[in-house]
Amino acid sequence: MAAIAENKSYQVSDTGYYGSFGGAFIPEMLYPNVEELRKNYLHIIADPSFQKEYNDLLRNYVGRPTPLYRANRLSEKYKTNIYLKREDLCHTGAHKVNNTIGQILMAQRLGKKRIVAETGAGQHGVATATVCALMNLECIVYMGELDIERQAPNVARMKMLGAEVRPATCGSRTLKDATNEAMRHWINNPVDTHYIIGSVVGPHPYPDMVARFQSVISEEIRWQLKEQTGKETPDYVLACVGGGSNAAGAFYHFLDDENVKLVAVEAAGMGLTSGHSAATTALGKPGVLHGSRTILMQTEDGQVVEPFSISAGLDYPGIGPQHAYLYDSGRGIFMSATDEEAVQAAFELTRNEGIIPALESSHALAVLGELGAGPNETVVVNLSGRGDKDMATYMKYID
Amino acid sequence: MNRITKLFADSTPGNHDGLLNVYFTAGFPELNDTVRVLKALQDGGADLVEIGMPYSDPVADGETIQKSNDRALENGMTVKVLFEQLKNMRETVSVPVLLMGYVNPVLQYGMEQFCQKCAEVGVDGLILPDMPMDVYLNEYKSIFDSYGILNIFLVTPQTSEERIRQIDEVSEGFIYTVSSASVTGSKSGVSADMESYFGRLNAMNLRNPRLIGFGIKDNATFKQASEYSAGAIIGSAFIRILQESTNLEQDIRSFVRSVKNNPETIEV
Repeated sequence: MAAIAENKSYQVSDTGYYGSFGGAFIPEMLYPNVEELRKNYLHIIADPSFQKEYNDLLRNYVGRPTPLYRANRLSEKYKTNIYLKREDLCHTGAHKVNNTIGQILMAQRLGKKRIVAETGAGQHGVATATVCALMNLECIVYMGELDIERQAPNVARMKMLGAEVRPATCGSRTLKDATNEAMRHWINNPVDTHYIIGSVVGPHPYPDMVARFQSVISEEIRWQLKEQTGKETPDYVLACVGGGSNAAGAFYHFLDDENVKLVAVEAAGMGLTSGHSAATTALGKPGVLHGSRTILMQTEDGQVVEPFSISAGLDYPGIGPQHAYLYDSGRGIFMSATDEEAVQAAFELTRNEGIIPALESSHALAVLGELGAGPNETVVVNLSGRGDKDMATYMKYID
Repeated sequence: MNRITKLFADSTPGNHDGLLNVYFTAGFPELNDTVRVLKALQDGGADLVEIGMPYSDPVADGETIQKSNDRALENGMTVKVLFEQLKNMRETVSVPVLLMGYVNPVLQYGMEQFCQKCAEVGVDGLILPDMPMDVYLNEYKSIFDSYGILNIFLVTPQTSEERIRQIDEVSEGFIYTVSSASVTGSKSGVSADMESYFGRLNAMNLRNPRLIGFGIKDNATFKQASEYSAGAIIGSAFIRILQESTNLEQDIRSFVRSVKNNPETIEV
């Protein structure tokens, strides 16, 4: 279920902040839309009819609960106990749909007629186009012109689902520019449109709302782990972080269990010092991006730097404000994996367990060797998506 | 007295044809054009000037201003370079000058140092559309006040009456009235909806004067907007003039004159 109000130390404050991160740094043109959402989202989520519809769709449409699978050969290799949370088995191929189901129900209850979204690799765009088809709402997805070229299969899926895919042609023509365009579209259509942000980024209440919709991941991990091991908390939870929605969902119900190490893995691209990287906490500093105070990659002058990663889903210059707080407070452990390491990890999982992971999720798998997890410890890796969309990249590595 | 406050105090309603505020992007079309454009705007008769600090991700701006931002950044414009360019502007420029930009570059420069620099070079006000009112009041208002810098807030057709009152309460100088639900440069002209919105604002008897922006591009739209407010702001339409200009000084002066409909405009 979507988490109902809980006041935990690492959760958002009444004013929309995680420590000094978060808030709503938006132009006045967006204020009424965001304020409408802020005033309503908690009681809509808490409403029993919302919970019922959301849970029914997660179970019968998305295919939840997703399995928690003990990866035996991988466990043997790393001499620890590795469990994979199989978000890759969700309808549309990734965890993204947990959020779009929640937000489309939210949009309906707010009386919105149209949906706008941004997408990078196209996973969130597909998940949004899917729920719009399901609920018969008009759907416009902004996607960077460069990403449209790189991710043709997902563009075709969105179109087949009935969405209009609009290219973002300014700036670097990737995810951050698609996000800018989606925000501009919302400014131009303030009354009847809901903006479905795909990650735990953006102005308050988006980071909190999206985290609640993704929190079903850690809710399931707890009872599934208890069922399989007798203990509901692992020693480590691993997840990749671009904006950070799968990590936010995988961490959610463990935030207050301080003995559970929460490991966020960023994309180092061609290497942290290569100038072609997306490892935000390693390379960024505090500032404001897409409506919230967070950590972002930027020049000395405060211009947003274009990130780089082999994985389009991690190719984002910021992280969600809650992650910035987890980093700053030391609650989260932030690591990174390069393009090469991620691809190796993808092949390792595929050849050992018969599961082809998304390039994004492969970044989380890539740090298994560096964790130092012991033979009596338990590691849960959030396998956020499947690798079908990345086959063109993987093919280059098949000898 | 702050130049913005003085300008509005001196121009009592009914006594003028509307004040014209013109926006342009710093470092555009060329890096060192900033002061040149500023000076030509004053010479043409602009009553206030708003200098845009270019940003990589200007979400409230339409394509024309985005492209001018990209160009200015490519030219090498930064906050530091801008202050260097404006260092001696008060030797030749007497109109009120505002800086408009997104909050991140300002935060990286440091809010206190930024306001101090503004006061030093003679900038009178700031427009930071993505700085929330509560953050301004709690964290930065005292800094603005101590350097005598005004913070200009925006209202839109969707802004509730309660919030307009709140904004009026904390504003000084003027209120930036966004004419329609849009990013900059999207639409033009004054529709019936806008008239009723401007009328609603007039009826509120706010303590601050208002300038109407977004969609103003020529004398007709400027005059229309001025009927409902103290004047208007031109942005994208002026950027287009700069893009196409072959003689900056002359084109700027004749554009401003044509908007204000001064007699010299025949040459246009």
